[in-house]
Amino acid sequence: MLKNFEPNKIFSITSKAPKYVLIVFIIIISIGLVEALFISPEDYIQSHSVRIMYVHVPSAWIALGTFSIIAILSFVIIIFKNKSFILIAKSLAPSGLVFNIIALVTGSIWGKPTWGTWWAWDARITSMLILALFYIIYILAWRIYDDNEKVYKITSLIAILGVINVPIIKYSVDWWSTLHQPASINIFAKTSIHSSMMIPLALMTASFALFSILIFLMKYNTELIKIKNKGLDRL
Amino acid sequence: MINDIISMNGYGIYVWSAFAFTLISFGVLYTAIKVQLIKEKIKFDAKYLNLNSNKKKAFRAQEAYKGILASNSVSKI
Repeated sequence: MLKNFEPNKIFSITSKAPKYVLIVFIIIISIGLVEALFISPEDYIQSHSVRIMYVHVPSAWIALGTFSIIAILSFVIIIFKNKSFILIAKSLAPSGLVFNIIALVTGSIWGKPTWGTWWAWDARITSMLILALFYIIYILAWRIYDDNEKVYKITSLIAILGVINVPIIKYSVDWWSTLHQPASINIFAKTSIHSSMMIPLALMTASFALFSILIFLMKYNTELIKIKNKGLDRL
Repeated sequence: MINDIISMNGYGIYVWSAFAFTLISFGVLYTAIKVQLIKEKIKFDAKYLNLNSNKKKAFRAQEAYKGILASNSVSKI
């Protein structure tokens, strides 16, 4: 099964897929933006500022999800010495970092009208900031040790260490008294968000996920061509 | 009507700046990755064109490079 993840097989998909993903992304984000900015109702307490949720929440989800995938791939890399996953993990990091930054910045913008402050050393915000630092360290490690055999081990260890922070982010609102409200959406329990807000949130999440896939595909192609360029030098 | 959409009961500055920041970040990231990809493709094309015919033959025979040759402009020359 792992042979299906060979770079050459993946490249045949990743080289053609971006244009289709880009088209679907543009369609879904256009509908999502209209829903989020104009059609969805304002909140009875937060008024229109609640619309920031439609960019803040999906960004945080994608940032967390991406790092979790990187950590799982890193675990496989270390245990099974599977080198096909290395490029996949490396290519996921840039979009994960950007979504993490978007979550922090839009959260800060949302905090000003809601809490009266741009920043607070609250458990959820601080743990998200730590995740951003792990992303930065992960990407920097790739840059610093790029030509070193140790790079796989170093980056994988960073990802595995960083993933410890993921459940802390998820449950920080339950474990500590924070400014953040508890989760409104729960897979295993009743969701407290109304469908008029759930639809734009789902659309924006889908479009952000597509954008993340698009960036991953392009980055993967870039990394693969970089390797082939090095191979050409050796010919 | 338009003023209401822009001001959003005084929250417009926060809402519009959050959405603008998100979309600008998307644009910057997309452009940066696209530029990297184009640069690497140009490098690949240049290196491949400089190979002599024997090396090109040997290169084409390698399974791992077939995908790239098929997707790059070089292969269409």
